[in-house]
Amino acid sequence: MGRIVFFFSEAFRALRRSAAPSVAAIVTIVITTLLLGVLVPVLRASESKATEVRDQIGLKVFLYRDSTPAQKEALEKKLNALPHVTAADYCSPECAKDELVSRVGGDLQDGIKELNSNPLPPAFNLELDSPDNLEAVRSSLLPTNAAGKPTPISSAIDPPIGENREEANRIREVTGAVKIVLLVIAALLLVASLLLVANTIRLSIYARRREVEVMRLVGATNWFIRWPFMIEGVIVGLLGAGFAVGILLLGKVTIVDPLADDFALVDNLSTMGFAPLVAMLVAAAVVVSALGSGITLRRFLRV
Amino acid sequence: MPLLTRRSRRTRDRDGGEHRLATRRSPSRKPTSGPPIISVYDATVVYPGGHVALEHLSLEIGRGEFAFITGPTGCGKSTLIKMLIREIEPAAGTVQIAGKDINAMPADRTPYLRRRIGTVFQDFKLLPNRTVYDNVAYALQVIGEPRSQIRRKVPEILRLVGLQAKIHNYPDELSGGEQQRVAIARAFVNHPPLLLADEPTGNLDPETSIGIMQLLYRINRTGTTVLVVTHDREMVDKMRRRVIALEEGRLVRDEAAAGYHEDESTKEFAARVRAEMGVGDEPPGFEH
Repeated sequence: MGRIVFFFSEAFRALRRSAAPSVAAIVTIVITTLLLGVLVPVLRASESKATEVRDQIGLKVFLYRDSTPAQKEALEKKLNALPHVTAADYCSPECAKDELVSRVGGDLQDGIKELNSNPLPPAFNLELDSPDNLEAVRSSLLPTNAAGKPTPISSAIDPPIGENREEANRIREVTGAVKIVLLVIAALLLVASLLLVANTIRLSIYARRREVEVMRLVGATNWFIRWPFMIEGVIVGLLGAGFAVGILLLGKVTIVDPLADDFALVDNLSTMGFAPLVAMLVAAAVVVSALGSGITLRRFLRV
Repeated sequence: MPLLTRRSRRTRDRDGGEHRLATRRSPSRKPTSGPPIISVYDATVVYPGGHVALEHLSLEIGRGEFAFITGPTGCGKSTLIKMLIREIEPAAGTVQIAGKDINAMPADRTPYLRRRIGTVFQDFKLLPNRTVYDNVAYALQVIGEPRSQIRRKVPEILRLVGLQAKIHNYPDELSGGEQQRVAIARAFVNHPPLLLADEPTGNLDPETSIGIMQLLYRINRTGTTVLVVTHDREMVDKMRRRVIALEEGRLVRDEAAAGYHEDESTKEFAARVRAEMGVGDEPPGFEH
């Protein structure tokens, strides 16, 4: 008990005395933690959005506008019989038009509604058991004939067979690039935090070299000498994480929560809860600062 | 030359001062039980860069002895002290403290070795931002001594070194001699069986030095072995204790005390040395 009091009082004494490097380290940790605190939920959200889109990937089989109901029914049976196809939904020109209207917004909606005729073709929307089987289903819809040319399994099909894969890919590409840039920045900031904590501890060791010398002479054990420095580093980490969590909480209450009320969008994204996020950030800050102290102690405090 | 030189010979013959044959090596007052507190056998210390600080050094110091190590600058005196507290390890040879080879111990036992050896240095090594009390208490705190023990031991040891009135002063408010007393108090607060002093009077005037020596002698009288490194030849001669002289890392002289007053009280001791050195209140008794 007396020891723990001693360790903490020594650590706080050191923090008070070397305020400037401690502040620098704390500020870096605040920035790093803030960035991670924003980054992690955003990355999780974009990840879940991309997965959502990917799960929706299916095939769209367009039919000729003049195909007969008999052809349509025959094709529906064939489609349902294909392996990996879980559902084949017929979408008439009217259905296609409604879908289009729901996807575009504002003035364009009215414009489409005012069209005299419906230029959209009827189609079957195929749902697949897995996006990975996309190519297999596509080739079974368009088997190659003797001449080596892909031929549709029904004369009603209007090739090529479309897919909504591009959309998912584009989301992936954009979020992927953003993700890499942010991860690189976060990694650099983590390294900077680590080095600044290490530097703070190094200065602290230098400032207290007399104490260290006396401790060694009178026979203090290695860990007795090291603990106050370790605690000092972790306190720096905790202070930084504390400030960052405070700012994040403020941002959540003033910006994100009102937005989530107004727009279903923000709420819908399956991001992580605030409590686990905070726990993760604090743990990361403590680990980074403890590592920073530990590295310096190993290098500069060979007892 | 033999590695362990213990010769009886005239100590001073250049000025016709003392001419007494020394025949005893260590005081018979304290029975030496068990192995000697320090035994160094054939130790060689080489610093990085190739400088040989100690060369085939062998010496033994018995329990309860008061001995001096002398020699010119760079003779290896401080290296010897560092070797005894395992700050540096010899390249060859063995160092035993109380019969245990300290370099054979695991490294994490070194702190416990140092708890059994008090060390005092020329530059005192006090912490400037702590009071006298806290400086001494610090030495106990960092070895995990309970607070009740610290509260009991610190005032006690400060009384022993005569600083009970300056307990709340900071080191820079003290004289050099008082600072050294604090350092001795810190080294001796745990009553270690061995006290090493590296030039304890190097920064002090003769009168103050006698006071410090008197204090070290008082500590010695409690049964602690005291080993003092100094180049103050005059002081060494007046103290009349065992003298081990080093030169260029070799032992060149190991003399038993000449005219050793084994039952001399610390007061008598101080009065005599003062008189012989011609300092202090007592008038110089004779020329030297």
